[in-house]
Amino acid sequence: MFDSVLTIALGAILINNFIFSQFLGCCPFLGCSTKIDTALGMGLAVTFVMGLASAICYAVNMLLIALELEYMSTLAFILVIAVLVQFVEMFLKKSVPSLYTALGIFLPLITTNCAVLGVVLLNVQNNYNFIESVVYGITGGLGFLVAIVLFASVRDRLQFADYPESFDGFPIALVTAGLLALAFMGFSGMKIG
Amino acid sequence: MDGIMNIVYAILVLGIMGAVFGGLLAFAAKIFHVEQDPRIEEVRAALAGANCGGCGFAGCDAYAAAVVAGEAPPNKCSPGGAATAEKVAAIMGLDAEPEVKYVAFVPCSGGTGVAKEFFDYEGPKDCVAAMRFGNKGPKQCQFSCIGLGNCVRACQFGAMHIENGVAVVDREKCVACMACYDACPKKIIRKVPYEQRVLVGCRSEDKGAQTRKICDAGCIGCMKCQKECPHEAIKVVNFVATIDYDKCTGCGHCAEVCPRHIIHPQKIYEQ
Repeated sequence: MFDSVLTIALGAILINNFIFSQFLGCCPFLGCSTKIDTALGMGLAVTFVMGLASAICYAVNMLLIALELEYMSTLAFILVIAVLVQFVEMFLKKSVPSLYTALGIFLPLITTNCAVLGVVLLNVQNNYNFIESVVYGITGGLGFLVAIVLFASVRDRLQFADYPESFDGFPIALVTAGLLALAFMGFSGMKIG
Repeated sequence: MDGIMNIVYAILVLGIMGAVFGGLLAFAAKIFHVEQDPRIEEVRAALAGANCGGCGFAGCDAYAAAVVAGEAPPNKCSPGGAATAEKVAAIMGLDAEPEVKYVAFVPCSGGTGVAKEFFDYEGPKDCVAAMRFGNKGPKQCQFSCIGLGNCVRACQFGAMHIENGVAVVDREKCVACMACYDACPKKIIRKVPYEQRVLVGCRSEDKGAQTRKICDAGCIGCMKCQKECPHEAIKVVNFVATIDYDKCTGCGHCAEVCPRHIIHPQKIYEQ
């Protein structure tokens, strides 16, 4: 049991990193990575939502299976995620207003983060049980956090780099993302368990 | 028949799920309801919405909250101008004081070839990076514009450009949010009234002889403008001519007598 959880955790953070090897959640990865602070906030919020979504969607999936409506899972999951993000927003606004203001617009944007939908669909695909699902959700979010913070730090330093002018802005960001993904490919040879 | 039942079934289940979640959210909204002044929304809607931070707050939302809390006057939204100030004041039940329109101004005339340089700079095109050399950049004058355009990149309104090695503000586009001031490592950019036509294109507080040595367009503090001004509106403070905008009538006499030709109303005004 512990073995499988550890395998899932390491796999989600390093080997099958959501951004670098599965290409999920690339939009906030590029959009919210110009400053390290906001990248950190975004990463934490996504981790939180992914963990919670995994737990609730596990229950919803059980319900759908019982009703023989598995083909509706994508739709149902989107519904759950949208509700969840709304709920988290309300909760933060009331209980942790400082975090609510810090995250600002990124909070509602998590609804459309495909890494969140990806994690719940992968949970179903991989036949994870409840604990595995939650672990996969949280560690997948942590992988996202690692990726976006690393990327933001690199972009921070790029300001003083002397690259050709035509690469200014998104091109150099995409080149950087590609190189980071290459670096993460080093983990793909690893086999655990 | 079976197929149709399947569809109805799916619609029902998803509909019920949606209704349950909706109900839960409505319930949560009640529990987690935060009392908020309805005027915040109204003020927010009246603002220009550029999120420029020119009012001194983090964004339009923060400014709207501050206005309603009575911590900020209603006329701080530069992009919105007088119309917005009036609307906000109406919501708040205050009298709108007509705000003087301000614009940013770069008080430096030391362009390429005019201001002497220590060295040829070929590093990153960034003022902060250039400042690392001798703490004042390639130009010898420590009050000079470096001209590598940090302010241009900071400007959200496209109101700045580099002309002959010195940043220039487009007075028509500028909303005086002063993002350029924050971006400028030397902090030489000033906020001046839009109506002010006569401006001194130098801020060098070096003594006259020193300024003369390092720049062909620096104020040497010769006091000529101060003596000649018919309205006593211009004074030399810290070896640099400074105009009192309240007294200045914009006659331009100082510009005519300035031996360094750095008080130049037309040049600044035209653009």
